[in-house]
Amino acid sequence: MSESSDAINPIKEAFNRHIEDLDTAPAWWKTSKTEAFENFASLPLPTRRTETWRFANIKGLELDDVKFAALPSISDAASLVDRSNFIETYAGRFVFGDDQTLKADRLSPELAAKGVIWAPLREAVSKHGEILKDYFMKQEADLGSAKFAALHQAFLENGALLYVPKGVEIEDPFVVYNWSINAGSAIFPHTLVITEDFAKVRLVEANLSATEDAAAFSCGVNHIFAGVGSTVDYTLLQNFNEQTLGFQINSNIAGKDSNVKTISVNVGCKRYRSETHGQIKGSGSQVNMLSLAVADHDQEIDQRTLQTHSAPHTYSNLLFKNALVDDARTIFSGLIKVDPGAQQTDAYQTNRNLLLSGTAEANSLPGLEIDANDVKCSHGATTSQIEDDEIFYMLARGIPREKAQELIVYGFFEEILEQISCDTVAENARQIIQAKFKKRLRK
Amino acid sequence: MSNTLEIKNLNVSIGDKQILKDFSLTVPKGEVHAIMGPNGTGKSTLAKAMAGHPEYEVTSGEVIIDGENIMEMEADERSRAGLFLAFQYPMEIPGVTIANFIRAALNARLPDDEELNAPDYYKELYAKMDLLKIDRKFTARAVNDGFSGGEKKRCEILQMAMLNPKYAVLDETDSGLDIDALKVVAEGVNSMRGPNLGALVITHYQRLLDYIVPDVVHVMYDGRIVKSGDKNLALELESKGYEWVKELAGEAAAS
Repeated sequence: MSESSDAINPIKEAFNRHIEDLDTAPAWWKTSKTEAFENFASLPLPTRRTETWRFANIKGLELDDVKFAALPSISDAASLVDRSNFIETYAGRFVFGDDQTLKADRLSPELAAKGVIWAPLREAVSKHGEILKDYFMKQEADLGSAKFAALHQAFLENGALLYVPKGVEIEDPFVVYNWSINAGSAIFPHTLVITEDFAKVRLVEANLSATEDAAAFSCGVNHIFAGVGSTVDYTLLQNFNEQTLGFQINSNIAGKDSNVKTISVNVGCKRYRSETHGQIKGSGSQVNMLSLAVADHDQEIDQRTLQTHSAPHTYSNLLFKNALVDDARTIFSGLIKVDPGAQQTDAYQTNRNLLLSGTAEANSLPGLEIDANDVKCSHGATTSQIEDDEIFYMLARGIPREKAQELIVYGFFEEILEQISCDTVAENARQIIQAKFKKRLRK
Repeated sequence: MSNTLEIKNLNVSIGDKQILKDFSLTVPKGEVHAIMGPNGTGKSTLAKAMAGHPEYEVTSGEVIIDGENIMEMEADERSRAGLFLAFQYPMEIPGVTIANFIRAALNARLPDDEELNAPDYYKELYAKMDLLKIDRKFTARAVNDGFSGGEKKRCEILQMAMLNPKYAVLDETDSGLDIDALKVVAEGVNSMRGPNLGALVITHYQRLLDYIVPDVVHVMYDGRIVKSGDKNLALELESKGYEWVKELAGEAAAS
């Protein structure tokens, strides 16, 4: 890129400022960020012909409206910390607001003594550099958003590192709240979970907006590295306001005999793009990838998934359920890929869409790519409307039509919600979904 | 007339086909009436049309509950006005628990600013489940989802018990039930009998009426009632068979 074009490129300017502000960070960190930025700048924007963006709205991805500004001041930190209350008993909690640490609830001394690491990334860069060098951004974004993953790495300010050593099982969940606060701001939520052999841990991430009207940009990444025989349970609640453009690029690597479960609850954003890659690398491992989305007005929820089986005797199950109202659009594009050596794979992929209006649009692109000959794989996609007889049954009990529809939608999502292992998180997810419907009734 | 369910000259079609033909019937509160008749004679059409199913076109006639014509109402309003339909084929509602479903139905009967008292609600729900020999764990199960035939029908009667209707229409509640399940369901219905409930029990078989003994039995054929009598009429019908109904229909048409 030439000097003259740098001068008119606000993202480049912002990045230069970002690097300057990192004055005390180690050189390797700055180098990795600079490389990431170069990567971002050189990768093309998706076009109408880009297969991984099929059906998606690609307008506005130049991010011209986003301020990649220096960190703003946060005035209402205390109230946001108060609102970060989905879980009462946690092993650790971070509350970030526009990528700044508003509250860091640390590990108990017992867990710290066992070698567990729970650190804001900004701190981990200097204290746990060796771990980050091995694991930070070490899973490719291979579902279409490599450019935005590079942007994430370039501008990332903060995040959470959770490392659980061999044999340590932690019952209480860890929780991260990412608040988007200021209009025009860009946030880059990051959670990195690493479990060693036979460790067990739960992480809950909540992506939220402080206000209903501040249009913002979020570009988040979650990476999970599940070691041998370990168990990782990850839940993401995404309820940004409906002015926000959101990306979430998630990937997990399941080691031998590990058990990984990821659940996403997507309610907010004007446009939201999620990518989820389950890399089932260790034999005997099990991966469950679950998601729900409720989209209304002109919301677009774009979901791309990949289940890659590269070891024998592995299992993966994906279930994505979407309910659509008004002129909302969803896209589900999923692929199960079974490598030649991955015999005895069981892999399932299901996308169910519930249309609550005649003008909503659910696109579904399920796929299989199987190079082994002894596998059980299936994929299915259905798009349906609420059955008249179901509604009639509820009307016949005196339940008004709107309420009946609502109950059916909540019921439709229960298959996902009941699998959220933290009861209070499931309850908050239900309330977030219900609030969205109640808001519709108020209008 | 208050304190009655009056069906007056009801004409109902599905598509081009007229099913109910000037159907009239009065059920006073406190009584249980049975409607028997061969398949395809319009029994279930009567039940669904009364409840407001959109596929059944009511071309004329009235259904009057305690003096109020409900036929201009939406289905949910009819229910809240006091009419209950126990479905022949109850729908499965995945993900909606029985507890939440009945609670939503009860909340719909309260003013906007009121909510059900949860402890009282569960106390009543459990008491009625015990009576119907429904395991209390069922409250957490989705409505009819994976239920056996008998469980579905007991669940219908549970809803009826919780919603306290003025008039209940039981559409072939006995179909698909073994004798034990039938007894439980009948016991549930009998426990609700009294001066505040009128019931219309629709059945194809006399067997149910051994357990829910009706005050009046009506025989239906080709969209209308062709004979009414006391409980012995059901026995007579059982012994003479539905061929006899055709003769009755001929007589009724000739008279």
